[in-house]
Amino acid sequence: MPASGVSPSLAPFFFDEYVQHAAFLDDQPVFALADGQVRLFTDQGEQTIEVHDGLTSASISLDRKTLVTGGEDGHVMAMDAQGETTELGHVQRKWIGTVATGPNGAVAWTTGRDAYVHDGKTTRQFTHERTAEDVAFAPKGLRLAVARYNGADIHWAGTEAEAQTLEWTGPHHLIRFSPDGCFLVTSMHDNVLHGWRLDTGAHMRMAGYPTKVKNIDFSAFTARSGKWLATAGANSAVLWPFTGKEGPMGKIPKELGQRADSLVTCVACHPHEAVVAIGYADGMVGLASIDDEKDALLRQPGKSAVTTIGWDNSGRRLVFGTEGGDGGLISIMG
Amino acid sequence: MLDTPDNSGRTPVTVLTGYLGAGKTTLLNRILSENHGKKYAVIVNEFGEIGIDNDLIVESDEEIYEMNNGCVCCTVRGDLIRVVEGLMRRPGRFDAIVVETTGLADPAPVAQTFFMDDDVRGKAELDAVVALVDAKHFMQRLADSPEATEQVAFADVVLLNKTDLVNEAELANVQRAIRDLNPLAEIHQTERSAIAMDTILGRHAFDLEKALERDPHFLDGGHDQSHDHRDHDHVHDENCGPNCGHNHHDHSHDDTIHGSGIGSLSLQAGDLDAGKFFPWINELTQTDGPDILRLKGILAFDDDPKRYVLQGVHMIVEGDHERDWKADEERRSRLVFIGRKLDREKIQAGFDACKLATAA
Repeated sequence: MPASGVSPSLAPFFFDEYVQHAAFLDDQPVFALADGQVRLFTDQGEQTIEVHDGLTSASISLDRKTLVTGGEDGHVMAMDAQGETTELGHVQRKWIGTVATGPNGAVAWTTGRDAYVHDGKTTRQFTHERTAEDVAFAPKGLRLAVARYNGADIHWAGTEAEAQTLEWTGPHHLIRFSPDGCFLVTSMHDNVLHGWRLDTGAHMRMAGYPTKVKNIDFSAFTARSGKWLATAGANSAVLWPFTGKEGPMGKIPKELGQRADSLVTCVACHPHEAVVAIGYADGMVGLASIDDEKDALLRQPGKSAVTTIGWDNSGRRLVFGTEGGDGGLISIMG
Repeated sequence: MLDTPDNSGRTPVTVLTGYLGAGKTTLLNRILSENHGKKYAVIVNEFGEIGIDNDLIVESDEEIYEMNNGCVCCTVRGDLIRVVEGLMRRPGRFDAIVVETTGLADPAPVAQTFFMDDDVRGKAELDAVVALVDAKHFMQRLADSPEATEQVAFADVVLLNKTDLVNEAELANVQRAIRDLNPLAEIHQTERSAIAMDTILGRHAFDLEKALERDPHFLDGGHDQSHDHRDHDHVHDENCGPNCGHNHHDHSHDDTIHGSGIGSLSLQAGDLDAGKFFPWINELTQTDGPDILRLKGILAFDDDPKRYVLQGVHMIVEGDHERDWKADEERRSRLVFIGRKLDREKIQAGFDACKLATAA
């Protein structure tokens, strides 16, 4: 899908609340807002579901059938495509820091120094010496990685095995596994990315960002999509190549969708192709083809930064949301 | 050196420090319950004894992060980054943020969070660091608690609390000790943390331009900024004017009194050579930054019609041009350091070397 061939159509939404997460819930656009409301767009029209008293984090399940949310009210909730909610967990008087979804419907969340893994039946708690800043599931097995000060821990949530600890000095606030499970990447508060090769423990350092990298996304890691890590935090979407065992070490990243006057705040890799959707600090949304490095405009700049972009299963539609409460459904044809 | 960012639209943040038992919880309850027409989001370490039901009280585990920039004092409160960013997603809910720190907390990482983290800095503005002091026990804290001493030295506003538990002489003694530690802070005497909210909130203490508008002489050294409701003259030399000739800031003897080595140094000059001053202050804050708790200055540079204001916390120094020097105003540079074991001779000599060579 060459980005230069698209002729997108945009259906705008106005929520007037910070959009924390935009996704497709069973092919229906869904927007989780910071005030705790979830807006679901079904064939019957728009549905508003009050899920939290203040929402801090949300994640769509891998099968895109469940939206998991965490709140300032300490609740962790799961919502199905009909808008029905179920409580997965509750921590008294604490904000839920972040939620993550994993294989076989597994869900994880954090509060302070604790990370919790819920496998559908039971919930296990993992306490750390430092704040659990972010969590991510490995693509296979019930393995949860936790970003913390001075490194990361990987818990084998289904067993009593000791956590694997990965050390790197400094504060890590964001964490993701590569889709092949070979690499673990973190973003640090001091404007760099760190990574580990999980077979050897070798370090990877990806630097050069003018701001903190608050959003990263791996491509599908297929032959069609290529193996890339897309990252926000610079004037362009910076894509690190993850072909080969060494990951991006010694290689030059691609810089796509470069802007002189705005920063990239959000990136979302296409579910199948070598294409990345890019959101900017001024509200613009674009699309870039990784191979030929061509880009296309999907949404003109608006009033505030893009906070979230989500693709549907087919890769023909995407949804986005902004800090100021604008949202949209973009259909890509061509 | 960082430029002072545009302050428009940023949410003010007040940091409350104070040793255990100094009255922080009482003050917080007042902030949350008094009818002042403002809504505060409050970040606490533990809900503890806060008796107010308020959905904007956030419990947060104090988490100190050292940044990887080679600077040992460049620490931030990692938990605050997350909570402040979280709160600022919905800024319409409150007018200001209050951060309560634990009794033994070092206020510097809290303050530095609002300068070092770009996202936090873009949305929130440190308003003032307020320290509560227990009048009855502070002299003892000076002897046994470096934390309590530093909290006072670091503060922009000191509430000398529980004044009903001490006599006049004891109160004067404590007030003098606070003034010795921190010549820049406003000192207010209180009972049961009772204080008009506008004396601790909305102070713009890190915005020297606004601080100078409010109190044009606050860097002049030694004048009494305390709003003493009982006796204005019990510490006589604090009411001196800027040119009284007393040597207010030769406080090196304090080190032996307080045992902590914390004190202040006040420097004055006419016009300075900007080409010498900036390399000097950068170098000084790089090398001695860990021991410099606070610095504030108002400077006159050669051929520069505008006043230059400067403020710093450890190694973080910010400066900006302010208004023009007035025609009838003496172009006098003033710079005050508060720190631990300040090398007075070295700093004085370095500062003196920045004085503009007069064409005598």
